[in-house]
Amino acid sequence: MQIIVNAEPREIRAETLDAALQELGLTSPAIATALNGQFVSRAKRVDTTLSDGDRLEVLAPMQGG
Amino acid sequence: MELYGVELTSRLLLGTAQYPSPQVLLEAIHHSRCEVITTSLRRESAGGSGAAFWDMLQDLSVRILPNTAGCHTVRDAVTTAHMAREVFGTPWIKLEVIGHGDTLQPDVFALVEAARILSAEGFQVFPYTTEDLVVGERLIEAGCEVLMPWGAPIGSGQGLLRRDGLKAMRAHFPKVPLIVDAGIGRPSDAAEAMELGMDGVLMNTAVAKAGDPVAMARAMDLALRAGRAGFEAEPMERRDMGVPSTPVLGLAELM
Repeated sequence: MQIIVNAEPREIRAETLDAALQELGLTSPAIATALNGQFVSRAKRVDTTLSDGDRLEVLAPMQGG
Repeated sequence: MELYGVELTSRLLLGTAQYPSPQVLLEAIHHSRCEVITTSLRRESAGGSGAAFWDMLQDLSVRILPNTAGCHTVRDAVTTAHMAREVFGTPWIKLEVIGHGDTLQPDVFALVEAARILSAEGFQVFPYTTEDLVVGERLIEAGCEVLMPWGAPIGSGQGLLRRDGLKAMRAHFPKVPLIVDAGIGRPSDAAEAMELGMDGVLMNTAVAKAGDPVAMARAMDLALRAGRAGFEAEPMERRDMGVPSTPVLGLAELM
């Protein structure tokens, strides 16, 4: 299926959020995820299933003011 | 200064963006003697764009205050706050909901709503607000125990544009920690904020974009400490006319 990851279309085979992150190489422990604008906690990634067209945001720590 | 039950000896909160290098940032943090730094969340790329910064944070003994910079809606800000809480492992959140693209003025209506939601969810909210007293009251009702009025637009370095508004805030909220967030350009601005009785100052660009950020970090620390000491020493009232400081009595007649 195709999902949008950080504004870029990506083809993935994984069906859960947890598996999708692995497949996409987004494996840092210091990331947070939001699916279609809703926060998905680390613990819930395994049980979160993805659908075609989902918008996934994967954020990491960055410098800020 | 006490923020959400945490006692701090430095009144400076320092932003971590825009430094020439990570090494300069580390030295600036050290020489500023700050105990709180601000951070953000941005999109991760494969390979871990945030990993190096994350590793750097692990070695620091300062507290982290993540922000919601760049958020324009309640929903964006609330979601970002949740993501920040998980990544940084802190209930502290610097809540920014930007309402105006040119001035980066906070959308105070969305700010109050987001503050209410986040406070109810256990966050300890540091709201980036204006000097408006009614907004300040609403934020406190929403659960905020700190207010962060702007000095001038973010990144402008214009100093304190509404001195009287900050003074009114101090008078209106005598017990609430007030931190001037945004607009500081020079050490004199930071000292002035302290002399007005503000509890702290949050700055980023003034240090990061100085010719020598490490030296400026040190200067800001000194300015804050001098300004606070001056406030506590109760400055004299201003006078309209000159008044001789040397006694007139006993002045010789030499004509």
